[in-house]
Amino acid sequence: MARAAVSGRLGARLRWQAATLVERREETASAQTLVFDVPGWAGHLAGQHVDVRLTAEDGYSTQRSYSLASAQDADRLELTVQRVPDGEVSPYLIEGLAVGDRIEIRGPVGGWFVWRPEQREPVLLVAGGSGLVPLMAMIRAREAEGSRAPFRLLYSLREPADRLYAPDLERGSAGLDVTYVYTRSAPQGATRPPGRLAPADLVQWGWPPDFEPTVYVCGPTGFVEAAAVQLVAQGHDPGRIRTERFGPSGG
Amino acid sequence: MPIISRGFHGRRPEAGHKLPPGQYETRDFPVLSAGPTPRVPREDWEFSVVTENGERRQWSWAELMALPRQTPTVDLHCVTKWSKFGTSWEGVSLDTLLADVESSAHYALVHSYGGYTTNIPLADLLDGQAWIAFRYGGEDLPPEHGGPARLLVPHLYLWKSAKWVRGIELREHDEQGFWESAGYHDYGDPWREQRYQGD
Ligand SMILES: Cc1cc2nc3c(=O)[nH]c(=O)nc-3n(C[C@H](O)[C@H](O)[C@H](O)COP(=O)(O)OP(=O)(O)OC[C@H]3O[C@@H](n4cnc5c(N)ncnc54)[C@H](O)[C@@H]3O)c2cc1C
Repeated sequence: MARAAVSGRLGARLRWQAATLVERREETASAQTLVFDVPGWAGHLAGQHVDVRLTAEDGYSTQRSYSLASAQDADRLELTVQRVPDGEVSPYLIEGLAVGDRIEIRGPVGGWFVWRPEQREPVLLVAGGSGLVPLMAMIRAREAEGSRAPFRLLYSLREPADRLYAPDLERGSAGLDVTYVYTRSAPQGATRPPGRLAPADLVQWGWPPDFEPTVYVCGPTGFVEAAAVQLVAQGHDPGRIRTERFGPSGG
Repeated sequence: MPIISRGFHGRRPEAGHKLPPGQYETRDFPVLSAGPTPRVPREDWEFSVVTENGERRQWSWAELMALPRQTPTVDLHCVTKWSKFGTSWEGVSLDTLLADVESSAHYALVHSYGGYTTNIPLADLLDGQAWIAFRYGGEDLPPEHGGPARLLVPHLYLWKSAKWVRGIELREHDEQGFWESAGYHDYGDPWREQRYQGD
């Protein structure tokens, strides 16, 4: 069960607030970053998420969780939504919501799956698909804070066209190593043949367990389970492996 | 007031389908309790909120009466299968009582006069979803329905709406209450038929 790290007056925390869409950026053909203005947003930690509530004209409403993609930035916050075909909420956020429209959000939520700038130890980020979102917030927070904690990102995705935040990751950052693990089709010239994340990938591109890294794994449930099991088998202390499950594996 | 999203339809139960699965409609107001009905005179009644850090706030009956009131009309769903539509209440929103409480807790354990307890995620008590109710159908709340005041959390099965409410303890970790430790569900969503542990 997620727990909030940010304490505060209950009148404000866990309260639904209006968030106005001010900008949208296409990340891939099926994912967009939505930038919201939330006056008085109290800030968040990298790794936390918000709950989003949509209400139909007849009062029917439903909620989903979305990780915060941005490092803390005053009144703006960014979510990156991957369209789930036949989904109830994600297609609406991507296609239905117009700049200037408002939705309701509450949060930030989650106090365990977070990276704090005071952390000095090496960090391994293991992302499956849109599971990159909260890990990108950690990368951005590291950069914003001028942290020199060594980061490695292992990013599993189907094909090059699915890469989120491609320009940001290409630009890179000193002390951040990025490795792509393609499952369906790798770009020309790639040395690793396409295939699911394997123990050898974690050995080759991760940190040895005796470096005592903190490991953050995020993605569809099946991906997270598989990666966490492999990491434990390789000798990583389960107490240093933090996971966030985004829901069904979706194949 | 929720923000309406134009063009959002969502997937919802069939139109007009107000009965959660497994429920039938009743027009009486059955009384089910775990024990004898506590009788708490208003002069002695008090309500407290205690945070995970031990900070305490307390309201006497007169102090409660001085707070802004609301008059929610809500449907009730009892785990024993009856549902009652359109019940009208008067009470103080938990949003009002909890607004200035400093806490990072995620759970609430509700305590009643008579020793009854029930657990509820804190988020389910906020945002216009819960009240300390003291009038029902235009009358003072009778003791058999939890008077002088009860918790009202209509979106969960009725055992969560603790009668004779006395206080709320905010907790970092969930702890089961009276029925929950006897096998009832920790959450109790009528629409998902969460009657017992494991549902
Ligand atoms: C803590 C947390 C953080 C999250 N952060 C993000 C985020 O940053 N970006 C993001 O895009 N999503 C994120 N999610 C997932 C998100 O909450 C929704 O589950 C997702 O957007 C699908 O919702 P939907 O209403 O469109 O689909 P639904 O109507 O819920 O589902 C439609 C179909 O898609 C399947 N499905 C549902 N969710 C997924 C999924 N995640 N992957 C594959 N198949 C699925 C369902 O089984 C169903 O068949 C997060 C989830 C959690 C719990």
